[in-house]
Amino acid sequence: MGKMTKNLFLMLVILTFMLAGCVGSNATNNESDTSDEKGEKGDTVKVGVLHSLSGTMAISEVSLKNAELMAIEEINEAGGVLGKKIEPVIEDGASDWPTFAEKAKKLLQSDEVATIFGGWTSASRKAMLPVVEQNNGLLWYPVQYEGMESSPNIFYTGATTNQQIVPAVSWLLENKGKKFFLIGSDYVFPRTANKIIKAQLKAEGGELLGEEYTPLGHTDYSTLISKIKAAKPDVIFNTLNGDSNVAFFKQLKDAGIGPKDMPVLSVSIAEEEIRGIGGDVLAGHYTAWNYYQTIDTPENKDFVEKYKAKYGEELVTDDPIEAAYFAVYLWAAAVEKAGSFDVDKVRAASDGIEVQAPGGKVKIEGSNQHTWKVVRIGEIQEDGLIKELWNSGEAVKPDPYLEGYDWAKGLSSGE
Amino acid sequence: MKGGAAMEIWASQLFNGLSYSSFLLLIALGLAITFGLMKVMNMAHGDMIMIGAYVTYSTQLIFSSFMPQNMFDYYFLFSIPIAFVVTACIGWILEKSLIQFLYNRPLDSMLATWGVSLILQQIARTIFGAPNVAVKTPSWLDGGLQIAAVTLPYKRLFILVLVGLCLTGLYVYLYRTAAGRRMTAVTLNRQMASCLGVNTRKVDAGAFALGSGLGGVAGCALTLLGPVGPTVGTNYIIDAFMIVILGGIGNLKGTLIGAVVIGLISTFVEFGSSATIAKVVVFALIILFLQWKPFGLISTRSRALD
Repeated sequence: MGKMTKNLFLMLVILTFMLAGCVGSNATNNESDTSDEKGEKGDTVKVGVLHSLSGTMAISEVSLKNAELMAIEEINEAGGVLGKKIEPVIEDGASDWPTFAEKAKKLLQSDEVATIFGGWTSASRKAMLPVVEQNNGLLWYPVQYEGMESSPNIFYTGATTNQQIVPAVSWLLENKGKKFFLIGSDYVFPRTANKIIKAQLKAEGGELLGEEYTPLGHTDYSTLISKIKAAKPDVIFNTLNGDSNVAFFKQLKDAGIGPKDMPVLSVSIAEEEIRGIGGDVLAGHYTAWNYYQTIDTPENKDFVEKYKAKYGEELVTDDPIEAAYFAVYLWAAAVEKAGSFDVDKVRAASDGIEVQAPGGKVKIEGSNQHTWKVVRIGEIQEDGLIKELWNSGEAVKPDPYLEGYDWAKGLSSGE
Repeated sequence: MKGGAAMEIWASQLFNGLSYSSFLLLIALGLAITFGLMKVMNMAHGDMIMIGAYVTYSTQLIFSSFMPQNMFDYYFLFSIPIAFVVTACIGWILEKSLIQFLYNRPLDSMLATWGVSLILQQIARTIFGAPNVAVKTPSWLDGGLQIAAVTLPYKRLFILVLVGLCLTGLYVYLYRTAAGRRMTAVTLNRQMASCLGVNTRKVDAGAFALGSGLGGVAGCALTLLGPVGPTVGTNYIIDAFMIVILGGIGNLKGTLIGAVVIGLISTFVEFGSSATIAKVVVFALIILFLQWKPFGLISTRSRALD
């Protein structure tokens, strides 16, 4: 084979990649149009759906896209918003933060969408934040996060710290013991979360035996487990993210440590992640969320059935999926109340907007644009679902800066 | 009693270190052949590990739906040779269709195999979906051996044995069989071997298949300890390259020592500090070491004109 043919062959390979890349983006290209008001054209209104559909985060984010599309479809079947059908414009953030910013800009400027539903990681939200603020757009962000933020252009439908981590720590102190061991992946969410937990432990009489971080994607936990064994904590508070959880829990079980000896409470493991780890490995450990698939309400039964019928019987629903789903309903309700798709008007109308979500009533708190949510602690079952052990009864008011807690003073200013 | 507790920790850390080393060695073993001996910058090695892991997952599915219940526990033993064969075949096809045009062009081969790696990941994502899948551990590997207060998990002991078998098998093949000796001859001095009548093209394809097959076996072992998803290979490819380079390119003994050194250093440093620091220390030590000995722990002297 001559040099020429070799070069040709290589070019062919490269070309194949480029083509593969183009197909994905072509599919979602929509011609932009001129209209009087954002996203409106005739009898439809455009909204952006911006999640990672490829790359490492696709694992979690594809299901959010599905949930949002399902909500859009349902609203359209019921007649749409302000008499207009919702037309989703789907973009791929590709697990890459600059891409999120770029696609958000494209959605707002060239597609002129009325709002965007999107994001999963805090990094992707932080990347989109300046874009939505500069263009006065709207972003609905559906995942629990570390708090300490409240942008006028973002609505947060996932839990902030006082709706997940803080009550989880209190519950553990009351029910499982005072001695804590904190483990997490080495990036902003676990470190911020643990700062809060440490302040809370100090104030509520807990004891910190150790705090360990591992790089993202770390997979050998034997040494960390030796350290935990030597420290003998009552509970382990886990903020590991992604693949590391699989390795940690498998190896913890091998080391002969079960939930009876040292229960682990996780805040990043929902039904979807359990499927990839195995219910047998996780059974008996705890999680803290605002929604579980097992919640026994007619709305939830209906939601789970529809979701499974649409996307596959083997799939599960979980907290971020629910939050992404009701985000669309909250937006639609706010638009109806405002009587307009205009961002400023929608924001002004948003305070106190309430919808019946699968997990119960949710309400927008106008002062910080988070949502009131019920906090739930659950125990993971052998079959991969989560059994609720405790809930806060009433919806908890979102407090992203933890202003209602004396011990948290200085945490937000120190950032 | 304090002394007893300290002894326990040292003993369990030593075991953890050796166990981590054995796993690293298993990951690096295939690469020691494709990169070490054949000098192909094989970025797709991590994806051979990924394929091996998915083969294990598929075997589990097949066993749980078609085999009697009491056979289920043995699926894992079957999955090892199946993973080896499947990945070896993929490696062979890869060599025939792509790698063989790229010998002596390390940068091109790096780019091309990286592309292959992306393709394989996307194929896995299309077939099995983006989320991780769960592989159930056979019950005979649950639990561990209790020596005094130290627990030695059966899975880690199993991996130690598996590595031992792979290493012995590889040694016997490379130095005690005709085919293996041809492989060694070609990697040591291609022109000379060719002059003596060795069909180097055929040997290359075989060697690449062998290296890929070992990656598949590593993938089986991985399902016992870690996650199984389309991108797992990327977690391990850097470690594997690090070990082969530290050990000395073209030398299996070096790879063995490299894996043990890295495994022990990282577990003990991690115990004294944290996982992040351990990673930094290991990288820094390797950089310093390669300044001092650029060809790694054991450098091969060859008369070939490289």
